[in-house]
Amino acid sequence: MNKLLCECGHENPEGTTLCQKCGSPLSAEEKSKKIADMRYEGSAIRSKTYNKSIIDKIWNFFSSVKVGITLIIINLIAASIGTILPQEFYISVATDAEKEKYYSDVYGWFGEIYYALGLSDLYSSLWFQLLVLMLGVSIIIASIDRGIPLHKSLKNQRVKRHTNFMKRQRIIGEGKPTETREQTLQLVEQSLKNLKYNVRREDSSILAERGRFSRYGAYINHVGLIVFLIGVMLHLVPGMYVDESMWLREGETRAVPGMDGYFLKNDKFILETYDNVPQGEQIKQGVNVVAKNFQTDVTLYKQKENSVPGQAENLEEVKQYGIQVNHPLKHEGYAFYQMDFRLNEIKTMVFDLTNKETEQSLGQISIDLTNPQEMYTLDNGAQVQLMGYYPDFSGFKEGVPQTATQTPNNPAFIFKMITPETPEGETSFVAIQQTLEPEGDNIYKMKFSNVETRHMSGLTIRYDRTIPILIVGGIIFMIGVAIGSYWNHRRIWVEQLADGTIRLAAHTNKNWFSMKKDLDALTKHAHLPQYVDQQEIENNEHVETEKDGKTL
Amino acid sequence: MTRGIILTILAIAIGYTVYAAVTKDKINIVQAGAQAPDFEVIDLHGEKHRLKDYEGKGVVLNFWGTWCEPCEREFPAMTRQYAEFKHQDVQIIAVNFAQSEFEVKKYVANMGMTFPVAIDKTKSVFTAYNIGPLPTSIFIKPDGTINRIITGEMTEGEIVQYMESIKPE
Repeated sequence: MNKLLCECGHENPEGTTLCQKCGSPLSAEEKSKKIADMRYEGSAIRSKTYNKSIIDKIWNFFSSVKVGITLIIINLIAASIGTILPQEFYISVATDAEKEKYYSDVYGWFGEIYYALGLSDLYSSLWFQLLVLMLGVSIIIASIDRGIPLHKSLKNQRVKRHTNFMKRQRIIGEGKPTETREQTLQLVEQSLKNLKYNVRREDSSILAERGRFSRYGAYINHVGLIVFLIGVMLHLVPGMYVDESMWLREGETRAVPGMDGYFLKNDKFILETYDNVPQGEQIKQGVNVVAKNFQTDVTLYKQKENSVPGQAENLEEVKQYGIQVNHPLKHEGYAFYQMDFRLNEIKTMVFDLTNKETEQSLGQISIDLTNPQEMYTLDNGAQVQLMGYYPDFSGFKEGVPQTATQTPNNPAFIFKMITPETPEGETSFVAIQQTLEPEGDNIYKMKFSNVETRHMSGLTIRYDRTIPILIVGGIIFMIGVAIGSYWNHRRIWVEQLADGTIRLAAHTNKNWFSMKKDLDALTKHAHLPQYVDQQEIENNEHVETEKDGKTL
Repeated sequence: MTRGIILTILAIAIGYTVYAAVTKDKINIVQAGAQAPDFEVIDLHGEKHRLKDYEGKGVVLNFWGTWCEPCEREFPAMTRQYAEFKHQDVQIIAVNFAQSEFEVKKYVANMGMTFPVAIDKTKSVFTAYNIGPLPTSIFIKPDGTINRIITGEMTEGEIVQYMESIKPE
């Protein structure tokens, strides 16, 4: 790597724009500028100089700010695409086939394409996670690439600077003090100390510095982001994060997904609405029912010690709780939230064994769809044999009734009715709005009489041990942002030449207005010559030439 | 040199995250090579089946439901092969997705299934094995580790091949 030799004799690493020792401009570009570019103190940003090996190329790619910004924009666009239609997680259907159908049915062709492209499960997809990780890598590498040279430069900066450095700062001042005193520098030192600067003096040169820590703000907030990202990554480690959902019907007991050894029973689902007559806004919006309360009363059970899955006989009751929206059941870090519900799923169906002609009933049977019996016997000796039960009847295949799912959405039965009149039994296939008699006309039929329903609760189970990490990451991030935004790094260089002339230069990374107030106080107290803002002069020249251009 | 190290560390971190994210949706802790979680079910005849008791024998753990068409297609082949492999110390346990006894018994009778069938009333075993789509068959070796996990219908040839591979030596 080539070294750059400065006029002062110091050897600088390749890529340095301002000499590390004296501050003189080194590169042609820098020399052509009137005001010095003070970013990174003129130190060499490694990525701009090395470019040989593959490691260099990869490193330089990720350390580039342009690449970083592009990645941010791509991430934002990608994330927003996932919000166009609801993601799969929020759709209450289970299998892939059902999901495909859902998107197609509800959202038409757009939904079909959306699902086919995998956009319906975007945030868990490989490419999206890679995008986020690439952003993380960019943050890390860009910070290291710039932060380390910056830190070194700030730590090793000299008190005495070359004339070229001083003259090329935005704020400069040169001249004799307005009141000649021997102790001008003393006054300067004292004044600066009063202004809370950290003052260093070497012979007749002074460097006063304030707020250096604010330069590290950006790097601190990047650390916060990375901690946050690590927290999110930890979701993938088993045992750190559970986010599951379960549907539970009233009366059902089920093993809790994600919570080994625990079972949950839905005792009751409660839906309360307000009684009022719709008024005002409600009428305008066509709302005639306003929900007051969604609540699932549950009992949490635990298996005995040393149990294995499948042993659900002797469960111990842990606690009972009425889960309301935003009032979850909590136990050992797990939380159960009331998320969703479905009303009135068929639980029991009641049929009358009826004589078709006389319309007289021989008796009623009540079929519990969770536990149908093979034989139902009536008081008078008649029997109804259940030959088949199909909870979600979807048609016949080769004469055999088929069921699409296990949910009683469309219950159908094959009955064999055995009465004193028909001792061999008559077969009847009964579905909703459909009765088939395969053996020809029957004397009896099973007439639908009544139905009992029950509700179903949708619960979400959450367990998150990464929250403390996310909180810490967030706090560090905010601290970094605050440090970088609300404080600034101010420096004032003052030197007194042999003939008593004072030379002054000043720089801050932001808030020049405040900096000038400091300088005004210093100038007044130490009787310094008036300083000028070189950038203002440049701007005025620009404005003048523009004006000239217009009048011409 | 340092940069090389930093890049390597980052690459490993990304690699792990991506790998974990991609495999997460599939079986979580239960995957090929891992120890099969112990469980106990009671079959339709009232007999208990505990996985630990089958140490030294191969076990095919099949998860199914009456509405599942691919299950219906592969059961005859499974029943045929069971007759063969039963004598070679490979057991099949078919676990049903919490349906009613009536439905399951009728189905088993119609299909002529000869291997043990149990109903997972609380979906406890389903949850422990993180089962999603049906049918899913878990092939467990005599030492208790999972040999393979198959989601979807199996051909008879595949059934033979897989059961062969969990046969005790």
